[in-house]
Amino acid sequence: MPSGSLSNSDRRRLSGKVAIVGADESDEIGIVAHKSTLELHAEAARNALADAGIPMSEVDGIFTAGPGWSPSLQIAEYLGIRPRYTDSTTVGGSSFVIHVEHAAAAIEAGLIDVALITHGQSGHSDRRRPGAGRPPLDPWFPAAQFEMPYHVGGPATVYALACMRHMHQFGTTHEQLAEIAVATRKWAMLNPKAMMRDPITIDDVLSSRWITYPFHLLDCCLVTDAGGAVVVTSARRAKGCRKQPVLVLGSGEATTHQTIASMPDLTDTPASISGPLAFQMAGVRPQEIDVTEVYDSFTYTALVTLEALGFCKKGEGGPFVSGGRTAPGGDFPLNTNGGGLSYTHPGMYGIFLLIEAVRQLRGECGDRQVSGARLACVNGTGGTLSSTGTLILGAE
Amino acid sequence: MPQEQRPKPVPTPSPETRRYWEGCKSHELWLPFCRPCQSFFFYPRRFCPRCFGWDIEWRRVSGRGTVYSYAIQYRAFHPGWSDETPYVTALVELEEGPRLYTNLVGVEPDPKSIHCDMPVEVVFEEISEEISLPKFRPVST
Repeated sequence: MPSGSLSNSDRRRLSGKVAIVGADESDEIGIVAHKSTLELHAEAARNALADAGIPMSEVDGIFTAGPGWSPSLQIAEYLGIRPRYTDSTTVGGSSFVIHVEHAAAAIEAGLIDVALITHGQSGHSDRRRPGAGRPPLDPWFPAAQFEMPYHVGGPATVYALACMRHMHQFGTTHEQLAEIAVATRKWAMLNPKAMMRDPITIDDVLSSRWITYPFHLLDCCLVTDAGGAVVVTSARRAKGCRKQPVLVLGSGEATTHQTIASMPDLTDTPASISGPLAFQMAGVRPQEIDVTEVYDSFTYTALVTLEALGFCKKGEGGPFVSGGRTAPGGDFPLNTNGGGLSYTHPGMYGIFLLIEAVRQLRGECGDRQVSGARLACVNGTGGTLSSTGTLILGAE
Repeated sequence: MPQEQRPKPVPTPSPETRRYWEGCKSHELWLPFCRPCQSFFFYPRRFCPRCFGWDIEWRRVSGRGTVYSYAIQYRAFHPGWSDETPYVTALVELEEGPRLYTNLVGVEPDPKSIHCDMPVEVVFEEISEEISLPKFRPVST
């Protein structure tokens, strides 16, 4: 459990106090070479605010995780607002899920009224733009001295280590991991906005080329360009918004390490801390959840997250996802937009988990709608399985 | 487009980590040891990340350990490795406790030849005047 002396009753006070009232993507997602990351932010912000029926002039808190060294400064200036509260928490793809908890705290404390959480990233097109890419690492930082000389080429190279240990310790198989890729693709086939919509089989996954053993190509998420935004306000104000509010019933945040060598247990994720915090705050058990949206940077990320959140026992993620259980028609609807594996993944994906959970709880999902969805669980994972944010969301 | 020529990154020792890299240069593995906790830790800092105590000394460790996990890299995400794929990255758990991110050498990059928990020992690869990089190879039985 996290250090400190707060009890769960302190968290309980926040349950149901704020709501997500607007959520949307940028106008285009996928390969969007003709728009900057800032334009993707702005389009998504405009669309999410329109969804909420709140004008930009009423946004007084900005939450974002990129770009550059002072993300919220850049975004506030670009959008033309002068917020009284900014939060540039950037801990990887989980950031936006964590922003919701931070926004809830700021709103409930009376510091702000309307929080805008935005993201825009050109993971695909950045590689083709001059000067784009990651800034060099401080050569005295631990990763520069103790990881880079052995080659860390991005998330795949280190998530693979975690997956390998899980396979060794619990007997998780390539076929079980492939189940997630296949089921997620089936959801994507029902989502007109998804990038990859051709059916795939378990054999297709297993015969796709190796990226980093034990990951095949089809175990890995897409690299796209996309923007997304959500709008959060008090539950009281939410009643006057354009659409049905989605209440934040529970939230949790956890951080355990940065570099993979410092990860306490390679077969776990911080979701085993943030998950129970969120479920207890909401007063909800995992079995009561109708629809689940978890970060799927790799098939393994989704599998281990289901264990950490308590949907199945530790080590039993493989059997749990087998037999198409997480596919449309299965009894555990997971990543219903097609996920980072098949819908979109511009680099940091967490904002899109929120957008899909909101749409499911409002009943806006058309062919992929999970019927009667009232409770959703969202879990963002960032860094090298380093950081998580968990939310329990409920239809009012 | 011509293949980008960029050498592999070479570590730059910092004041906190110099003792570690000096050890490596003489082909010995030296790690920081927390006197109150009576345990080693990695990576080197001037304090213990477990108890945040600053009562630290350096001790030589055995260089023996086991493969906590490994991965086989088929793609060179950095041009310095483009002629070397596939190769093996690993987390090695030393007998003394800490885990090091490293490469496995002297073994086929094939899951049939490598398994978690297999015993390994340190070897040093001299990559510059100043730096010898600790890597690990299977212990011959």
